[in-house]
Amino acid sequence: MLRVTCTIAALACGLPGLAVAQPSAAPQALMSKECGACHMAFPANQLPARSWAAVMAGLADHFGENAALDPASRAAIEGYLTANAATGRAKALRGLAENQTPLRITELPSWQREHRGKVTPQKLAITKAKSQSDCVACHAGAARGQFDDD
Amino acid sequence: MKPALLAAVVLAGTLGTLPSHAGPTQTAVLETYAAQAKVAEPGFAGFSVERGKALFLGRFTTGKPDTPSCTTCHTTDPRKEGQTRAGKVIGPMALSAKPDRYGVLAEAEKWFARNCDSVLGRACTPREKGDFISFMVSQ
Repeated sequence: MLRVTCTIAALACGLPGLAVAQPSAAPQALMSKECGACHMAFPANQLPARSWAAVMAGLADHFGENAALDPASRAAIEGYLTANAATGRAKALRGLAENQTPLRITELPSWQREHRGKVTPQKLAITKAKSQSDCVACHAGAARGQFDDD
Repeated sequence: MKPALLAAVVLAGTLGTLPSHAGPTQTAVLETYAAQAKVAEPGFAGFSVERGKALFLGRFTTGKPDTPSCTTCHTTDPRKEGQTRAGKVIGPMALSAKPDRYGVLAEAEKWFARNCDSVLGRACTPREKGDFISFMVSQ
């Protein structure tokens, strides 16, 4: 029995193409709590891993505020974000050069193409959005990664 | 007098007279800051609700430009909800309006580290942290 279990485990581990990312709940919950204390916890798959690494390296000046974390929490959240980041041919990365490291989702070419002419000052006023980063003002499911409701 | 007893007497003198909604966890956090303040300032004579209030309401030019005051996000009324610059609701700062505040030292340290830097452009002293919490637990 033990042998069978080990064989199955070895098979699963040896087939990265079939491996499904199963981040433990703890880092995701920590990310939701810490990032979500100040703003919508942006879904990890909206930026490439290099962007998340840069964001998490600069928390002492996080878009004009100090958002520093203890080292263990910072490392756990960076690990979650980079492990679940946009990769390869993800929609979020379309048009983004590999040597570009945007710190804001709104800097992505795909975001700008998708929102051209839509996120106007009038629209922000009507929806009471604080800024164009306030995804939930238009996308009710944004915190769950759902953006197709406009 | 034994050091532990002396410390208890000093704490009773520094914390016991303040009007307060503080429970055991808030008192423990304040005692930690009192012990740190005694080390940092030999003349430390206890926390002050009035100094804490002045710190909360004060406007500063030494921090980050977007956050010149605690009240930028927390409003001038500690019993009211505030709002982050990104639009998230911040629970009231007054302990009477949000009873789970100031009871976990690591949480207090996290927010003082961030917000003292954002507003003042420097770390807060243990006395300032104790003054601030003393004001908020009195509210």
